[in-house]
Amino acid sequence: MNYETVLTTCTYCGCGCGLLLEVLDGEVVGTLPQKDHVINEGGACIKGWNAHEFIYHEGRLKHPLIRKDNSFKEASWEEALEVVVTCLKKIKEENGPDSIAGLTSARCTNEENYVFQKWMRAVIGTNNVDHCARL
Amino acid sequence: MDKTREKMKRMLEEKEVSAILALRRNHGHPTPFLFTKAEELKDWVADEANRYPLTKLLIKIARKHQSDVIGIIVRGCEERSLVELLKNFQLRQGKVKAIGIACSQELANRCRCDQPFPSQVEEGQVAKPATDFSDLEEIEKLTEEDRFQYWMSQFGKCIKCYGCRNICPACFCPTCTLEDANLIKPGGMPPEIPIFHLHKAYHMADRCIDCGLCEEACPMGIPVRRLYRRVKKSVKDLFGYIPGEKEDEKGPLEFLGDGSYELPGAGK
Repeated sequence: MNYETVLTTCTYCGCGCGLLLEVLDGEVVGTLPQKDHVINEGGACIKGWNAHEFIYHEGRLKHPLIRKDNSFKEASWEEALEVVVTCLKKIKEENGPDSIAGLTSARCTNEENYVFQKWMRAVIGTNNVDHCARL
Repeated sequence: MDKTREKMKRMLEEKEVSAILALRRNHGHPTPFLFTKAEELKDWVADEANRYPLTKLLIKIARKHQSDVIGIIVRGCEERSLVELLKNFQLRQGKVKAIGIACSQELANRCRCDQPFPSQVEEGQVAKPATDFSDLEEIEKLTEEDRFQYWMSQFGKCIKCYGCRNICPACFCPTCTLEDANLIKPGGMPPEIPIFHLHKAYHMADRCIDCGLCEEACPMGIPVRRLYRRVKKSVKDLFGYIPGEKEDEKGPLEFLGDGSYELPGAGK
């Protein structure tokens, strides 16, 4: 019998609410807002309260998918990255770096988002970077 | 709290309980934790500033481990909620062992609690009841129209996080009305104001043990506890019933009764 609550930060938006994930015998069974967190002070929105629900959701993507003949096929990371690299290189050569834009995510960490914008500017060579949490 | 810690240690070592649900200092923050080993108890805290719905969390654990006897640290309000959960068959008799701790006078005053202590306390001074209904009296001075306006403007702030429902130790229905597809269409708009708030107040009428966690969890500062206290007061005045007080007394809204509770003309 094992039950603990794990401190974490909500990944849904830029507020950064403190959450506790309830873990019962190794399975995440619930979310609680952290009472003594400076941002949310024990409250959460409906997304935060249900932040654990996607973990075991049947619709969760666990592998990269590549579109082949108008349907998505499971692929390895090597194959998927190969497609991305080839396509981006081709577009950049044919239409220039400003024909590419990058949209990053609130579900990544601040550091990951930093790396992404750096990569867009330094590797692709464009300032076309935005973020899904521009609500 | 050394005496309580000793008692918890003894209960675990003598296998009186399989585990004890309480708060643990976790990276400096008090968070719910199930203690299964005596040596883990060095991190136990009886934190007053951060109350979590421990009795409600226990339901999930007890459902999965039905043969285990589980201990739980309870304050006055949590003991009352245990009574309600046992009465409503959410926890099983004999499978829960409560270990009482008293609240400080400061916490009792802050909560305006009329019973800031459980029936048995291991150690420490028991705080005096801080019964205070000035919040209700203040609003009852208003005219009906003003009172309606007051509540509608409060409910208007609701962002529908349903945190008041999620944190409530008396809100335990396996299928919540809010999640019944026949009543509320999935993917559609949530119920309009004030349907949810009044519906919950009615559901809580003979179950609310006045712990105030709902109001603490509301990110919009809606004084929901004030509403539940009013409904609780009505149930006391009408039926002489206090939720969480006696384990062998059914709530007046739980059974049809002998007709003596019916209002004149109802259903006839």
